[in-house]
Amino acid sequence: MQVLDVDYMLGLVPILLRYLPLTLQMAAVGMALALVLACGLAVIRVLRIPGLNAATLLFISFFRGTPLLVQLFLFYYGLPQLLAFLTQINGITATIMGLTLHFSAYMAESIRAAIVGVDRSQTEAALSIGMTNGQLMLRIVLPQATRVAVPTLMNYFIDMIKATSLAFTLGVTELMGATQKEVAGSFLYFEAFITVAIFYWVIVELLAWFQRRLEIRLNEAYRR
Amino acid sequence: MIKVTGLVKRFGGTAVLDGIDLAIEQGEIIVVIGPSGTGKSTLLRCLNFLERPDAGRLTIGDLDVDVTRASRADILTARRRTAFVFQNYALFANKTALENIAEGLIVVNRWPKEKAHARAREILERIGLADKADAYPASLSGGQQQRVGIGRAMAAQAEVILFDEPTSSLDPEWVEEVLNLMKQLARERQTMLVVTHEMSFARDVADRVIFMEGGRIVEQGPPDQLFSSPQDPRTRDFLHKVLATQVTIDTPT
Repeated sequence: MQVLDVDYMLGLVPILLRYLPLTLQMAAVGMALALVLACGLAVIRVLRIPGLNAATLLFISFFRGTPLLVQLFLFYYGLPQLLAFLTQINGITATIMGLTLHFSAYMAESIRAAIVGVDRSQTEAALSIGMTNGQLMLRIVLPQATRVAVPTLMNYFIDMIKATSLAFTLGVTELMGATQKEVAGSFLYFEAFITVAIFYWVIVELLAWFQRRLEIRLNEAYRR
Repeated sequence: MIKVTGLVKRFGGTAVLDGIDLAIEQGEIIVVIGPSGTGKSTLLRCLNFLERPDAGRLTIGDLDVDVTRASRADILTARRRTAFVFQNYALFANKTALENIAEGLIVVNRWPKEKAHARAREILERIGLADKADAYPASLSGGQQQRVGIGRAMAAQAEVILFDEPTSSLDPEWVEEVLNLMKQLARERQTMLVVTHEMSFARDVADRVIFMEGGRIVEQGPPDQLFSSPQDPRTRDFLHKVLATQVTIDTPT
């Protein structure tokens, strides 16, 4: 008996590659939606908009305070019982929904911190030349907050990519789900799971490389 | 013309501005002096609503409002007709020198980018920083940053430029280049309201010097009159203190 069935692992690669796009799509859509939602939540927190601020705090508290897996089950199995029109919800939608809400709660706090960290005197300078609050946010504050927030946000994105693997529990055949199906016929657990682990690892490393490039670009204005 | 009457600003219970009346003619250069914490900066900040005054009336051109009832639009109008130079420069850290100057023209005045950049280049030329157009604030010296700050204020083509202690944060070696730029603007009869501790600048450049203490205007007049024969004992006391610490080369009389 051989130690490691390398041929089996190599054979697995093209099979798993077919499911890679779904994993990446769920992560990309989840991240895009989470970013938009998190920016909204952060602005509500920074401006302390009455009413909405309290609701935001509750939202963040709940989605940070409960496990992602529980949230996914809640959306996929629980919600359709409560809301009849959701009977059609599929595993992919439920996963994206869960990832968006869960990660936006974390991201909102780091975006808020980045916004608050922008030098207050620049805000006054922007107002003094007659900018509106919206122009101030879009032109001065958010671009600078982005630079501060990017490293943490990229961390959450990395986390989110790996968290898409939970989708298999909702019956979605993505990277992890596909591996599960393969292993059910071969019983080569180590080979299968180390292969899929390397898949995630490579994706994350590629992303980390991109992150370094992005940070160099964003820091251009701050080099002395 | 800019005019304020009965301007009051309170922080907590204390009146930092306690009924200020001030009229600034077009082309006039006014320097405000006085001890720290007497409301000089607050006066400037109230004129463009960086602080919300508690009472008073503000007139800038055809804008004439009770400051407590100023609408959002009134405040934007007041800000667009005044320009502000900050003690700590407050340049936009994510924008180059050129972009700092052009930003208001593009965003507030809605000029096309090329036109705004052309104007910004003219201004960079005038402030002697044409070669720093693409430099970010972090790579500029304090003096250069403050000159860009003044350039940003010049671009606004405001009725008045408000200078809030523009040289107080600067290392001594950079003070002169900033004062020289301000003198150049004064020669061009740019209307200016300057809060500063640079007494020589007040004496050489101002049309009128205002001495403030305790949130009020104690005394005002042309510089030679105020510096040589101050009427109020508080003015005398203050001038005595500050002039003793500044090197003054007076011609003997």
